[in-house]
This record gives sequence, C-alpha cells and structure tokens, in this order.
Amino acid sequence: MVEFEFVMPLLGGVLIGIASAIMLLFNGRITGISGIFGGMFFKQGEERKWRTSFVAGLIAGGIGLQYLNPEFFTNTSGRSLLVLVLAGLLVGIGTQIGSGCTSGHGVCGIGRLSPRSLVATIVFVFAGMVLVAIIQPFYN
Amino acid sequence: MDKTTFVTFFSGVLFSIGLGISGMTQPQKVIGFLDVFGAWDISLAFVMVGGIISYLIFQLTIQKRFSTPLLAKQFYLPTQNEIDKRLIFGAVLFGIGWGLGGFCPGPAITSLGSGSLSTMAFVVSMGFGMLIADKVISQIFIPSVIKADSVDSAQK
Repeated sequence: MVEFEFVMPLLGGVLIGIASAIMLLFNGRITGISGIFGGMFFKQGEERKWRTSFVAGLIAGGIGLQYLNPEFFTNTSGRSLLVLVLAGLLVGIGTQIGSGCTSGHGVCGIGRLSPRSLVATIVFVFAGMVLVAIIQPFYN
Repeated sequence: MDKTTFVTFFSGVLFSIGLGISGMTQPQKVIGFLDVFGAWDISLAFVMVGGIISYLIFQLTIQKRFSTPLLAKQFYLPTQNEIDKRLIFGAVLFGIGWGLGGFCPGPAITSLGSGSLSTMAFVVSMGFGMLIADKVISQIFIPSVIKADSVDSAQK
C-alpha cells in the first residue's frame, strides 16, 4: 500500500495541473476554486457562466466518482455538523480575504512562481498544522 | 452549449477526478497531512508536488506560445504582488478552517456529488462566509480592497 500513498496523489496532482492548464489555455483564467465559487455570486453574465459550468463539472465529476467507488468520499474525521459549519464559514471568509485557497495559491500561484502565493500557502498550511496539533488529541 | 461552457465544464470534471484519486476528498487524509505532531501522513504533499510541477511546465509553455487564450480575449492573471496583512490574515483563517473540517473548497464542492449532507452544510456555510467577507470584513482592509477592486474592474 506504500505505492498507493504517493503514486495516486502524484497522479491526482498532475490531473489537477492539466485541468488548470486547460482553463488557462482556453479561457485564460487561473483555476482558483474559492474565487470561481465566490464569483458565481459576485459576478454576472459571461463571468458567472463559465464559473458555474466549472463548478457543475466538479460536482458532475463527484457524482461519477461516487458511482465508481463511494470510498473516494470516506469521511472518518469525526467532525460534527456544527464543526463543519464553523469550518466552512472560516474557509469562506479566509479565502475571500486572502484571495485564494489550495488551488489558486497552492497550485496555480506557486506554479506561476508568485511569491505572494508561496507566502499564502506556507501560512495556511502552517495555520492548519497548528490547529490540528491543538484539536487532534481530542479526536484520537 | 458554447465552447467555453464545454471546456470549463470538462476542466471541472478533470479537476474533481484529480482530487478524488489523490485522496483530497477524504478529510481524515487531509487532517493526517496537517497532523505533523501526531500520525503524520505525508502522502497528500505529493498532490501539490504533482500539481505545481505540471502546472509550472504547462503555464510556461502556454505563455510562451500563445499571446491570447484560444477562447477568451486575453489572459486574466493576478496583478497583485503585495504581501500584505490582508493576505496573511485571510490565509490564517483559511488554514484554521481547513484543519478544523479537513476540507478546502475544491474537495468540498466535489464531495457534493456524493450526496453527503454534512458536506452540503460545509459548502453553504462557505458561500455564506464569502458573502460576509465581501460585505463586512473587507471594510477593515479598505486600502487593499480598493486596489483589489480596481484590478477586478480593469479585467471586466
């Protein structure tokens, strides 16, 4: 199983890179999911349209994955509904204020060699690690 | 369905498959990756490695060979370079939320396809958080907000 642990993540990462490159080549945009999702509410017309179709693609892919193997969506994190609602709120506020998430800053931003995105990524990974270090003992 | 709709939809499908096969749609794996002082599972670091390296190569090639994208008037690339309080504050909040739930935006939206109610609650809450940030909290960072808005309107 050691092989699975890095081959599949690496392959998945490359797919994410290809999907983002297709977005850049055809539509000229950065594939930042938080920005795309938020733009569905904040933008109008054509700007809203492509964002909506991308998000529809994500969900359609999710439906396909669920159909192929529900284990793609195994969730044994133990987080309650209330915790997830709070987490969603923080992710929404944080990505809006910080102009990006794991995809926009983490993949596309660093892939464009943007120092701003590199700093953002280091900060959110570090913040996540600190939070997990504090709360995870209560879940184990 | 016009070409842009088709291509962006396809990009979304591909992106979600990448997230699914890599393990990003399983919150316990994400939490495992962040759990440096516990049962640290480094495997998801390879998602970033694969994503960054492939995107780096593709974007350099695209920027070199194409002066405009195939279906849009121009490339819409971020112009902000400033590493300011707004960026750091936002990233800290996002990181806390990420560790708390084990979801970042892409995997959460993809997981809607599984029909999970708790993910649905996460995504609705995330959208609500974005609206709050847009309407209220951004006011605290007025100078950088004005800059961000002018970049936005210049792109329209």
